[in-house]
Amino acid sequence: MSEPLLKLEGVHTHIGAYHILHGVDLQVAQGELTVLLGRNGAGKTTTLRTIMGLWQASQGTIHFEGTDIAARPTPEIAQSGIAYVPENMGIFSDLTVAENFILAARGSRRIEDMDAERLEWVFGLFPAMKRFWQHPAGLLSGGQKQMLAVARAIVEPRKLLLIDEPSKGLAPAIIQNMIVAFRELKRTDTTILLVEQNFNFARQLGDQVAVMDGGRVVHAGTMAALAEDEALQQSLLGLSLAAHQ
Amino acid sequence: MTTPSETVAVQAPEALPVVRTDRLPLLLVPALALLALPFVGSFSTWVTLTFAGLAMGMIIFIIASGLTLVFGLMDVLNFGHGVFITLGAFMATSVLGLMTAWTVSGSLLLNLVAVLAAMLVAMTVAGGVGVAYERLIIRPVYGQPLKQILITMGGMIVGEELIKVIWGPQARPLLLPTAFQGSILMGDAAVEKYRIIAVVLGLLVFAAMAWVLSRTKAGLLIRAGVQDREMVESLGYRIRRLFIGVFIVGSALAGLGGVMWGLYQQSVIPQLGSQVNVLLFIVIIIGGMGSVTGCFIGALLVGLLGNYTGFLAPKVALFSNILLMVIVLLWRPEGLYSLGKK
Repeated sequence: MSEPLLKLEGVHTHIGAYHILHGVDLQVAQGELTVLLGRNGAGKTTTLRTIMGLWQASQGTIHFEGTDIAARPTPEIAQSGIAYVPENMGIFSDLTVAENFILAARGSRRIEDMDAERLEWVFGLFPAMKRFWQHPAGLLSGGQKQMLAVARAIVEPRKLLLIDEPSKGLAPAIIQNMIVAFRELKRTDTTILLVEQNFNFARQLGDQVAVMDGGRVVHAGTMAALAEDEALQQSLLGLSLAAHQ
Repeated sequence: MTTPSETVAVQAPEALPVVRTDRLPLLLVPALALLALPFVGSFSTWVTLTFAGLAMGMIIFIIASGLTLVFGLMDVLNFGHGVFITLGAFMATSVLGLMTAWTVSGSLLLNLVAVLAAMLVAMTVAGGVGVAYERLIIRPVYGQPLKQILITMGGMIVGEELIKVIWGPQARPLLLPTAFQGSILMGDAAVEKYRIIAVVLGLLVFAAMAWVLSRTKAGLLIRAGVQDREMVESLGYRIRRLFIGVFIVGSALAGLGGVMWGLYQQSVIPQLGSQVNVLLFIVIIIGGMGSVTGCFIGALLVGLLGNYTGFLAPKVALFSNILLMVIVLLWRPEGLYSLGKK
């Protein structure tokens, strides 16, 4: 088996006096979509933020493409090819959609410098972005903001996308739009680590799954195996797929 | 790159969001000016006072614009900002002192060159000192607001004392060059030439800042960083470097403002910065911390109100700006332009 693109080993994270992650072990394989599931407070968001260097790991290693990035500053981690979509979407509401895109395209100073073909591809995934191109991002609806957050993360090719609860609070039609977009991303061999609480959403996309509880990964395997095993779902997530649909 | 292989079967129709620019705060400046007219009574006096207020407001804006961006980007409360104002003003006394022959000559060109040289030197020195100030005073206390207040106040005191050591504790004259002296008559109203120059210079600085903030990538990064610096870092940009750049520019602008303030008052004292500091914080609180447009409007309001009340009721002038701040905050608790900071 080849070396995973991202590998966390024994990662602990403290936030002030609180010990949040208690030795997370996690692997994300190249070209796959790995879903991180778990109840509220299980440590999913903290795991993503620790990978991004927004909170420093107090112990353990985080290897990305074989290099330990655990002690690196956030901008350096981003420059190494990791894009992050936070739970609050992190859009710049006073800037237009276009300006949000320009900032995400590190190599471009102006719209004209951006890869036009790539931009059209992104517009194909999220047509609303083209319609609202010159509008302040703060005026978009919740679903459109989420689309902008994801679109911004893929406006330039990235090696790994970290996405935190993209379906949260979205209408079913928008969630369906997101599923289509993520499937397209998978088709282009984009590697994704997706934090989700919506198991139905996660089931449709995930290749691999890791379930967190109490700041640790308590289960790792294929999504297909978890989706078929209601008893395992019940024990890991406290719910069954049938109850969630 | 190919087009997406699937399309969404059901997509909710999307209405175009309506872009509403919040212009209400922009109306406050003309509203205040018009409100003052019946109280002042004489139109010509009103014109004189309005120009004086606008000139003072522009100078305050030039000084405060850097301070508001510094706070917006890194939540740094720099109570030592005033030291750059004083430094700029005293540098101008030295430069113009060396160029007295040029400033007293009747040539507009020589006068302009002398003033521009003083401004350039003041900005360079203030910006240079800003580099050391950020490194030695601000950087050790990032994210520690209480320590920031204490150490930057300490920096202000030390800076003021160093200025006394170099230039002495007495007031130093900073006379306007010959061509800048006198007034222009607008009907019955006499408007000082220097006030018109200050207004034009203030507008130029505002236009330049607006251009940089809206048309350049560095400007976009500053605006984005003021809203959500963590996300800017997550996109791969080093916000600290951006902050240092903004801090240097802010210090240089404070130096420029010091020159303009000194020329406005025609004398400079070592306590100049600490006296202006209070006004600066009132302005950036009124405008909304981190907002350049808010800072611009806040500065004009403070400048105008100070001049009108100074003429109508000098005792009220002492607290009129505080009163203005209270009224604005009761109306908009986060200032005229809230940035939705995360």
